[in-house]
Amino acid sequence: MQKTTVDIKFASPKRYIEDNVIYKKKLEQEVMFLSGNEACAYGAIKAGLGFYAGYPITPSTEIAEILSGRLPAHGKVFIQMEDEIASMGAIIGASLAGLKSMTATSGPGFSLMQENLGYACMAEVPCVVVNVQRGGPSTGLPTSPSQSDMLQARWGTHGEHPIIAIYPTSIQETFELIIRAFNLAEKYRTPVIFLMDEVIGHMREKVVAPLEESIKIVNRKKPEKDTVGYQPFVNDESDVPSMASFGEGYRFHVTGLNHDQMGFPTLRKDEINAWFKRVFAKIDKNLEDIITYKKEDTHDMETLIISYGISARSARAAKRMARQKGKRVGLLVLHTIWPFPEEIIRKLASKVNKIIVPELNRGQIKQEVERAVCDRGVEIKGVNKIDGDIITPGEILKHVEV
Amino acid sequence: MARTLPLIYKYLRSNKKFPSVWCPGCGIGIVLGGIIRSIDDLGISRDDIVMVSGIGCSGRMPVYVDFNTLHTTHGRALTFATGVRLANPRLKVIVVMGDGDAIAIGGNHFIHACRRNIEMTVIVVNNFIYGMTGGQSSPTTPTGDIASTCPYGNIAPPLDICELAKDCGAGYVAKSTVYHVVEMQKYITYALKKPGFSVVEVLSNCHTQYGKYNQRGSPREMFRWFKENTFLLKGNDWAEGKQPRGVYIDREEVCYTETYQKIINKAQDYERELISEEEGVQGD
Repeated sequence: MQKTTVDIKFASPKRYIEDNVIYKKKLEQEVMFLSGNEACAYGAIKAGLGFYAGYPITPSTEIAEILSGRLPAHGKVFIQMEDEIASMGAIIGASLAGLKSMTATSGPGFSLMQENLGYACMAEVPCVVVNVQRGGPSTGLPTSPSQSDMLQARWGTHGEHPIIAIYPTSIQETFELIIRAFNLAEKYRTPVIFLMDEVIGHMREKVVAPLEESIKIVNRKKPEKDTVGYQPFVNDESDVPSMASFGEGYRFHVTGLNHDQMGFPTLRKDEINAWFKRVFAKIDKNLEDIITYKKEDTHDMETLIISYGISARSARAAKRMARQKGKRVGLLVLHTIWPFPEEIIRKLASKVNKIIVPELNRGQIKQEVERAVCDRGVEIKGVNKIDGDIITPGEILKHVEV
Repeated sequence: MARTLPLIYKYLRSNKKFPSVWCPGCGIGIVLGGIIRSIDDLGISRDDIVMVSGIGCSGRMPVYVDFNTLHTTHGRALTFATGVRLANPRLKVIVVMGDGDAIAIGGNHFIHACRRNIEMTVIVVNNFIYGMTGGQSSPTTPTGDIASTCPYGNIAPPLDICELAKDCGAGYVAKSTVYHVVEMQKYITYALKKPGFSVVEVLSNCHTQYGKYNQRGSPREMFRWFKENTFLLKGNDWAEGKQPRGVYIDREEVCYTETYQKIINKAQDYERELISEEEGVQGD
């Protein structure tokens, strides 16, 4: 059988130049006009992305397309896998071999990734999983936005596990927060879910790329120089074990079974409980570092709007319109969805009579707000939409006036 | 025994508790021994080896050996292995899977890994059953055989893993059994040396589950069964009702990681050209 030859060529030099020009402009603090997916891809490269494995799915496909062109130009790896399950497996393997890795998908693909996402939680493998949310359930509305995977981001995979999930509200924030997502993944040895929605993925806004020197990059903690006695899952005060890569001489074991500090499977109660305690402490003891949000006009408010993602844009407009009419409305924009920012919400809830939660689902985050606020006599009203349209400022304003 | 003892000390993890999870007489131990001997013969450094496995009795192999080891989710070993290989092409990736792990739940990944001819050595331990979970039928369980989920007999015909691998584009495909240890090791050594996607399927005895349901007897009786009911492909006529052994295909094909490196090189050259062009223009 004849050996087939493969000819490397560039299918579209024009597209390559476009990608290149947009990307090179980031080297100086220039203003760019990007879509959310573009900002996600370029920001990931800025953060040190070394490996991308993915499967095409609307509305996230542009991320894969851009990275397929850009990653090799940086000496990094892109591969389109046969499905989303394979994509998630590949990015975990690549991370264990030492590269920062990412995949991007939407609802149906995110559902497929859950088992391996749980593996990444169990094996404490840093990686970033982007979910550009679309209408669901099932095939749903492929080209319309939704925010209906919020609870799935927390509990989609089986078993007790902590998770970090971040969600930008603008293209500038997408660029900055994707870098933050990688940093958190490396710092806490955890998968990080980067939520977006179809509108943020596709709309275009001004992005000012921060100066190269001002971008803070965090890399995983590596073990000290000596090889003897390396424990990949050691329980010590830092709560985050150092992470060697395959091939560096440590020859350690990684498994999805409950394991001891060496990574070997165990059934011992003390070892199992110690692992759970440490892995949850990783997140719970660092809430101040992990949770970010933005308070707007909350100093004298009577009504608080809590929102995130594309809905936060409508919420901001509603707040402005309300203030113009003399209503004292404040806004809390969530950037970190998980771990849920209970403390700030509890604090702000004590100042207001009413909380409004606009979201493109039937109240997934509203129920978290209710849980956090816990019946302090505050009225909590949801503004919900799940038909593929975004919520308008007027629809939110209506509830302020009532 | 003279050779085995030093191999045990060199390749088995001294800090892992033994005995192993496997039943006394299990063929998986024979396969592991073959892999270790081949690695030793070839002198591959332990630091460079990444052994990736799926779920099942075969999947329990990596934890016992002193390499970089990765015990993944059911059916997905090849996907993790693809990520490892592409991330660091210097690493020698060995993937160990059972029959169900490789071509039932892992079937899709098996097809595509073969298609890419991505550089790794895959050992599929085929014992015609899902042993660890108590003896359910697998895609290789022969028609008519009994298993815990087909008490009336298996009605679906079995798949030949090696035919599948060959048709999907794997570079080297061979099959042996845990009885034919010398032959098995020859194939494993060749598979480890050959660049590209190499598959060695080893028929193995699960006397505890498969053997019990189908009255195959002790391990020794199952070994005799492998001796009498398999035939070597090369130089023999096709024997109906018997399992073929031997090399199914050995071809030179384009390897994925090697080709992708060429893309990286070309893309980086083009990038440098574009940057120097732009700088040249700005300099005017």
